Amino acid sequence: MRIPCPICGDRDRREFYYVGDAQIINRPSPEASEDIWNDYLHNRDNPAGVTKDLWYHENGCNSWLVVTRSTTTHEVQHAELVTKLKGDGS
Amino acid sequence: MRFSGLKILKEGLTGNKGWTNHWREPEPKQEYDILIIGGGGHGLSTAYYLAKNHGLKNIAVLEKGYLGGGNVGRNTTIVRANYFLPGNSEFYSHSLKLWEGLEHDLNYNVMHSQRGLINLFHSDGQRDAFARRGNAMINQGDDAILLDTEGVRDLLPYLDFEQVRFPIYGGLYHPRGGSARHDAVAWGYARGADTRGVDLIQNCEVTGIDISQGRVTGVQTNRGQISAKKVGIVVAGRSGQVAAMAGMRLPIESHVLQAFVTEGLKPCIDHVVSFGMGHFYISQSDKGGLVFGGDLDFYASYAQRGNLPMKEHVMEAGMTLMPMIGKARVLRSWGGIMDMTPDGSPIIDKTDIEGLYIDCGWCYGGFKAVPASGFCFAHLIATEKHHEFASGFRLDRFKTGYGLIDEEGTGSQHNLH
Repeated sequence: MRIPCPICGDRDRREFYYVGDAQIINRPSPEASEDIWNDYLHNRDNPAGVTKDLWYHENGCNSWLVVTRSTTTHEVQHAELVTKLKGDGS
Repeated sequence: MRFSGLKILKEGLTGNKGWTNHWREPEPKQEYDILIIGGGGHGLSTAYYLAKNHGLKNIAVLEKGYLGGGNVGRNTTIVRANYFLPGNSEFYSHSLKLWEGLEHDLNYNVMHSQRGLINLFHSDGQRDAFARRGNAMINQGDDAILLDTEGVRDLLPYLDFEQVRFPIYGGLYHPRGGSARHDAVAWGYARGADTRGVDLIQNCEVTGIDISQGRVTGVQTNRGQISAKKVGIVVAGRSGQVAAMAGMRLPIESHVLQAFVTEGLKPCIDHVVSFGMGHFYISQSDKGGLVFGGDLDFYASYAQRGNLPMKEHVMEAGMTLMPMIGKARVLRSWGGIMDMTPDGSPIIDKTDIEGLYIDCGWCYGGFKAVPASGFCFAHLIATEKHHEFASGFRLDRFKTGYGLIDEEGTGSQHNLH
C-alpha cells in the first residue's frame, strides 16, 4: 500500500503512522456534552467501502494527512494535508 | 446420530453408508422467539446454550454465508486462560473449563489439545510482568509455571538461545493452554444447536432491523421478513454495519489480522509458543503445517487479506526466534476482520433498544472465548441479567470511563490495541 503524500509523493505505507477515522480532526468544544465527546472519542462509522482516515507521515515530512481509501480493496484514492482542509493551520 | 468408537467401527465395516448430515437445512419460519444474527463460533455457541442451558425453543441463527465461514475458520486456534485483569480473568477461566468438557458435551471431536502454551520473556522487566501475570492466573485457579532459560530449553530446544539481541530469559508456561480444530468447534456447536431444535439458516443476510416504539420486532433479510421477540447481534468484524441497521454507532473499528501456514512437516513444535520481543506466535497443526501469526496491519480494513509490511515483520520475528523454520515454505496467508474496541476487551451487553442484544469487540482474541461468550450471551438474552463471569463487558464503559478493561495497559483509545 502506497500513500500519495501531497508533499513527498507516493510513499510506502511503512513511512506513515495510522491514527484512525478522520473524524478525529474535528474535536468538539470542551463544553460539549458527554454524548458528543463519547461519539468523538470512541464511536465510529467503521464503513466497509470508502473511508477517510488520518495518517501521520512520521518518517517523511511530518505532515498530517487525511487519506481517502477503500477498506474493502485497500485502494488509496487521495491524500490531503490536514492544514489545507482545516484552512487555519491548526 | 451419536458419534462413538463403536459407530466408527461399524461404519468402517459397512462402507460408511450410515453417516447422516450434521444439521438440517430448514426454511426460515415467519416468526421466532429469538434470532441470532451471525452463524460463526460465538453465534452458534449462543444458540446452543440458549437451548441447552435455558431450555428455550423456537430459535434461529441467520448466517449470510455458510456456517463457520468467518473468523472462526480463519484464526490461529489458540486456547488459553492467561488473562490478568478482573473482568477478563474469571471469564477466560470459565471458557477454558468449558473447553475441557466440550467434546463430551457436544459429542463431537473438536481436537482440543492441551499441549501447553509458553509466552517467552526477554528482559528483567518482562520477567516481573509475567511472574505477576502467573500469580494472577494461579489466584484465579488456573495453572502457570514460571520457567527460567533452562526450563524453556528443556521444552523448546530448537529456539535460538545464543542470539544476543533478544536473549531468552524464560517463559510463562500455561500447561492447560493449547489448540483446537477451529472448524470443528463451529460444526460441533451447530450440530448441538440443531439437535436441540435451533434452525440454522444459511445464505440469509440480514438487511434491516425492525424496531417499533423502542422495541425490536424482527429483521429484514434477503429471504424475507422474520419476526422475533429478541434479537442478538454476534457478527464480529461486521458489527458496525449490523448495528447501524438499528441506528447505533459502536466503539468499534474493524482491522485486518493476518495468519500464515506452511506446508505440512513432521512434528517439530509440540506447544503453542509466543515471542515476547515482536509479534509472533506459532503452533503446529495435526496435519503438520506450522500455523503462525503476528499483529494487526494497523489500518481499518474489511479486505480479509493484508499487506506485505506485516508479513515481513512476522517472518523476521519467526526467524529471530527459531531459525529452523527458515526452510519451511509458506503455503498460504490470509486475514480476518477484527472488531477492535478502544480498550481491547469485548462487549456482551443489552442495547438501548429493548430486546436487542450485542456480543462483539473480541478484537484478535475471540476463538478461545467461543464457549464462554455463547454461554454468557445466552444467559443475558434468556434472563436479562449479565452473567457473573461477563459482568464487566459493558457497552457504556467507554462513555463513563468506569470499568475499562485495558489488559495491555496501553490506554483506552482506538489504534492502541
